[in-house]
Amino acid sequence: MWLYITYIDSKVTRYLRDVSINAANITQVYFQTATMLISVGLSLMLLLSDVEAATERAEYDYYKYHPMPEITSWMAQLAEDHPVVTLINYGQTYEKRPINLLKIGLDSEQRKKAVWMDCGIHAREWIAPAFCQYFINQILQTYKTDPTVNQMMKNLDFYVTPVLNVDGYVYSWKDNTTRLWRKNRSPGPPGCSCYGTDLNRNFDANWGTIGVSTNCCSITYGGTKALSEPEAQAVTNFLAKQKDDFLCFLTIHSYGQLLLVPYGHPNFTAPNYDELMKVGLAAADEIRKAHGMNYRVGSSPDILYPNSGSSRDWARLVGIPFTYTFELRDNGTFEFELPEAQIQPTCEEAYRGAMHIITYVHEKTFNGAVATAAAALWTLLLAAGATVTPSLM
Amino acid sequence: MDLVIMFVLALLTVVSGSPTVTIRPEAQPNATQQMLKKAVIFGQQQTVAVGTEAPGDVMATGELNPSHYPAQRAAKVVQHYLNTRYGSPYRVFGLHKVHSGHAEDVAESGRKYLLKISVQEFLRETVKNCTAEVFFPKGEKQASPEVRASCDELLQIDSKAQDEALYQRYKMNQSLVSAEYLPDSHGNMDPDMKPFWHLGIVAASFVMLSESNEKTLYNTAQVAQVTQLETENDQLKFNYDILLHDMVSQEIMHWKVLFTWSPSEGVKVLQKEQLPRCHCGRLPNKN
Repeated sequence: MWLYITYIDSKVTRYLRDVSINAANITQVYFQTATMLISVGLSLMLLLSDVEAATERAEYDYYKYHPMPEITSWMAQLAEDHPVVTLINYGQTYEKRPINLLKIGLDSEQRKKAVWMDCGIHAREWIAPAFCQYFINQILQTYKTDPTVNQMMKNLDFYVTPVLNVDGYVYSWKDNTTRLWRKNRSPGPPGCSCYGTDLNRNFDANWGTIGVSTNCCSITYGGTKALSEPEAQAVTNFLAKQKDDFLCFLTIHSYGQLLLVPYGHPNFTAPNYDELMKVGLAAADEIRKAHGMNYRVGSSPDILYPNSGSSRDWARLVGIPFTYTFELRDNGTFEFELPEAQIQPTCEEAYRGAMHIITYVHEKTFNGAVATAAAALWTLLLAAGATVTPSLM
Repeated sequence: MDLVIMFVLALLTVVSGSPTVTIRPEAQPNATQQMLKKAVIFGQQQTVAVGTEAPGDVMATGELNPSHYPAQRAAKVVQHYLNTRYGSPYRVFGLHKVHSGHAEDVAESGRKYLLKISVQEFLRETVKNCTAEVFFPKGEKQASPEVRASCDELLQIDSKAQDEALYQRYKMNQSLVSAEYLPDSHGNMDPDMKPFWHLGIVAASFVMLSESNEKTLYNTAQVAQVTQLETENDQLKFNYDILLHDMVSQEIMHWKVLFTWSPSEGVKVLQKEQLPRCHCGRLPNKN
């Protein structure tokens, strides 16, 4: 293509240099010039369409909000372009839309450990799906060159759902009056004239006890029973089969700038609460280093409000050790309509936070073996010493 | 044999770092105030009570953890108060950080919060420290909280020239401003409309201030509609449709606010009214 352009260019230059216009040949010159221009124009068009096709494949704008159809085709494209990416359909929404995730990891003969991330369980929190897309792109861009990410890709599989509440997300794109929708789009129980269940109150984790409404028109309506909703069922059905493989469960929301640890019910504390807090606080430090934003860390009843039936609580209850809810920017200025100009910094800081947690979990699982052995031997030695010493005294 | 074990252990230690047989993981050396405060509070969180009390009824008293919700909710009320007093199209405040908080019951009449917070001005991103007192009255009928606040030189954030320019431009009634959905779904808005979005937040602050209690946390979700009316007594006059978001209930509330504004008088609310909730996507009536 470039050779052709150079050829055309040299022809034109030569022509312009050599042409001499006079009364006699003006028509001829006119036609020759016209032909020149047309061939230049056509070749430019061909060149541009080539470039355009190439860029369409390569350039997805991660700093704009994308409607569902664009996200769906982006996911399919990634699965096609990258051997480390597999598209998995694991459920169907009420309105019969597919619920898909991307599984990302290097192939292994052994069964691998896994990390779960979901975004968009609440329709209006558009920055969350934007972050999932950013996250996927980041690990794909860095796993070949960054040794830490590369090692993670070998040892772990990442299961990322860019949009969990697909019906709700689609509805929030419908028009200005639907933008602030939160729930899914299943109809209310018989006799109810309102739509939607709050998916993050529908999981089987102290379901229906606190921070939830039994009024079907309420924005925190928890459903007719635990897991009444197909979107929530999809998650639990998929994970139940392989929950022992999962080290980490991150569910992404907005807004509030928070990292929430289990449980949402004030009477229950996770067995590894201290460790979750330690890692969470360190993750918040990492977040601050990006753009100076403060994220508060704690259990939901402490720093926000009590609640029940959340996906994070369910994940912790079934034994996934590191479960966090991320509440991304902002702090109330723009709320759910976070300006697109803030997508990049928000994603950058959240990525640092998420990677801190994942790195910690990865280190603990895969490089902690040596430290654990040392600890075990020390204990043995101390015990041996304790039995030996009295006899020496 | 012992020597061999010790040798192996020494080797392992060198390889993996200092041996730690931890029963409880230690806090990070750079543990923030949050970790320290946690031990001190008498909060709901310590009430791992066998529930005769419904969780949420036992309110925190004494020294408060600044990152926990009681201090955060009270601090948000201070933000609303400051915007009603000092807010304008070119000067709007957001809560930046809660530094410390203290709560106490006041006889039978309510609860008082003493707070040290910082606020950030939207346009200039200047941060100012404030000391504030928020009183939430108890009673059957919900009464507005009472706020007293003193901040470092808030008024030094000078918006006079810009406010005056806006006022003069729209005073003449030649073309009354009207706009919808600020910001739009993508968080964007016409730069010319930004002052009207700010004005909406200021007007909304009057509503949010009067509606707040210890179980709410209000922010302005969106200005749904701006309609400028004829200037009256040298005051610009507006009818705004505003969507408020309460973080605690997660609900969106629709308010209509009729108000006047001028650089000298500030915002004066004439009328405010909550509209019934839109049950968007209503099922058709079936017999």
